Amino acid sequence: MIRFENVVKRYPGEATDAVHNLNLEIESGTICMLVGPSGCGKTTTMKMINKLIRPSSGAILIGGRNIDTVDTIELRLSIGYIIQDTGLFPHMTVGENIAVVPGELGWKKDRISSRIDELLDLVDLNPKAFRNKKPNELSGGQKQRVGVARALAGDPPIMLMDEPFGALDPITRARMQDEFLRIQEKIRKTIVFVTHDVEEAIKMGDTIAVLKLGQIVQLSSPMEILSNPSDPFVSELIGGRNSLKMLSLMRCGQIMKTLSPAEVEEARGSPQGILGMKATAQDALSEMLRTGERFIFVEDERHDVVGVLDFENLLERVNRHGITS
Amino acid sequence: MNFFEFLISRWPTILSLTLEHLFIVFIAMVISVTVGVAVGILITKNQMAARIVLNVTNILMTIPSLALFSLLIPVLGIGKIPAIVGLVAYTQLPIVRNVYTGIMTINPAILEAARGMGLTEKKIMRTIRIPLALPAMMSGIRTATVMGIGIGAIAGYIGAGGLGVYIFQGISRSSDQMVIVGAVLISVISILTDQFLGGVQRKLNR
Ligand SMILES: Nc1ncnc2c1ncn2[C@@H]1O[C@H](COP(=O)(O)OP(=O)(O)O)[C@@H](O)[C@H]1O
Ligand SMILES: [Mg+2]
Repeated sequence: MIRFENVVKRYPGEATDAVHNLNLEIESGTICMLVGPSGCGKTTTMKMINKLIRPSSGAILIGGRNIDTVDTIELRLSIGYIIQDTGLFPHMTVGENIAVVPGELGWKKDRISSRIDELLDLVDLNPKAFRNKKPNELSGGQKQRVGVARALAGDPPIMLMDEPFGALDPITRARMQDEFLRIQEKIRKTIVFVTHDVEEAIKMGDTIAVLKLGQIVQLSSPMEILSNPSDPFVSELIGGRNSLKMLSLMRCGQIMKTLSPAEVEEARGSPQGILGMKATAQDALSEMLRTGERFIFVEDERHDVVGVLDFENLLERVNRHGITS
Repeated sequence: MNFFEFLISRWPTILSLTLEHLFIVFIAMVISVTVGVAVGILITKNQMAARIVLNVTNILMTIPSLALFSLLIPVLGIGKIPAIVGLVAYTQLPIVRNVYTGIMTINPAILEAARGMGLTEKKIMRTIRIPLALPAMMSGIRTATVMGIGIGAIAGYIGAGGLGVYIFQGISRSSDQMVIVGAVLISVISILTDQFLGGVQRKLNR
């Protein structure tokens, strides 16, 4: 668990605090998104966790220990760090880049080597093909994958990610987000993720901290932020169409009505409008609009229809969260 | 006597002067590179020191080479020692400056990643900054060496030997052929060295 207690950062010669009296608690194994406009203090907040920036006052605790009492190098070796520019070392191969932290941790050669393969597999890069490539031979998306693998190399409990997918094209970005969530399901790290993209925050976050001028204006779940923005600043940041965004957070599998075998038999006749369990309610709505029907069927991984989702169902789900804007 | 007959008849002298020239420049460059690289790395730790050192090496290079060598005579006498000292002083600037800027102009994102991952400043210098600065360092060494070969001719003027001897003797005896032989050989050595070091530099760039 990471905890900020009344943390203030004022850069020398500045008239105002870059981070002002920040209190924040990040649960172990969750993704906390720091979101807000450029210059609101996201990066400053994040870099205080691995001591790249020292707070002017206040304390930061990791697992109950004040990080001031932890050796800086030791602390950083236990925190994965990923930045937008990747910061891959251009003179080292992909494998050598990944090996840096394990090397510092004093791992044996064999262990490092198998770790490199394991991580490249995890980020969906063929180890044989990519181990010995240099960073300048990689595409933007591949570089970020290696960045993720490198940050995970020492198996740190915490990861800091500063707009990691910000420089990628929208399609690659969406893919990286999906894959990263899939990886996180397996590795369950405590992640602090900085972004200025609200859509990304909503999609990736277990909790979202909205920052404005160095202060947290709202700290809550994505659903809560959408249904209950705490003030006009947050509403404006979300930028409307909240109901649609809420639908994108619901999975068909979670909100469908389960069908009896007899009903499944009946449904078999209509081949139109079938989605997987992991599809979002937004996908469901889009599918209804496309087919002109007020319902869609939901199927499991074996393509057996297991449930149904109808339009009234969606209406009720959204209304239950009480849209206020 | 045409040029080639001249070359053949004076062959033993020309060869020994060439070897002497190469020897002086080689020794000077070994010292210059060692000192220059060390100084270039050291001054990255202190901005004040960096400014002073870069200015001094800059000034050294603006002193006309002939004057620099002459100034060394009262201190070190004549011969190979003052010649080598002069060459070292003269070729410091390109080496020190390139080592310094090579190390200081690393992409900040790379340094931030290295620090954030938990590398010490020492480790960053050794495993990130210096390897990434190698092409820039090599380019400085290349410039300095080619300069050294040319300026090495002036060593002949203070009794250090080398191909400069032929040029200065040629001038005093009004022998065009001697001057041309000295000048052409120095040019050829410069070009070959430049090509060779350029190749090394390109290899480092990859
Ligand atoms: N090194 C610095 N010196 C002075 N001011 C800084 C420095 N770094 C950031 N700032 C200022 O602090 C504020 C917060 O910056 P930052 O944390 O980088 O914001 P964000 O990551 O949200 O865009 C900005 O106003 C920025 O100009
Ligand atoms: Mg930032």
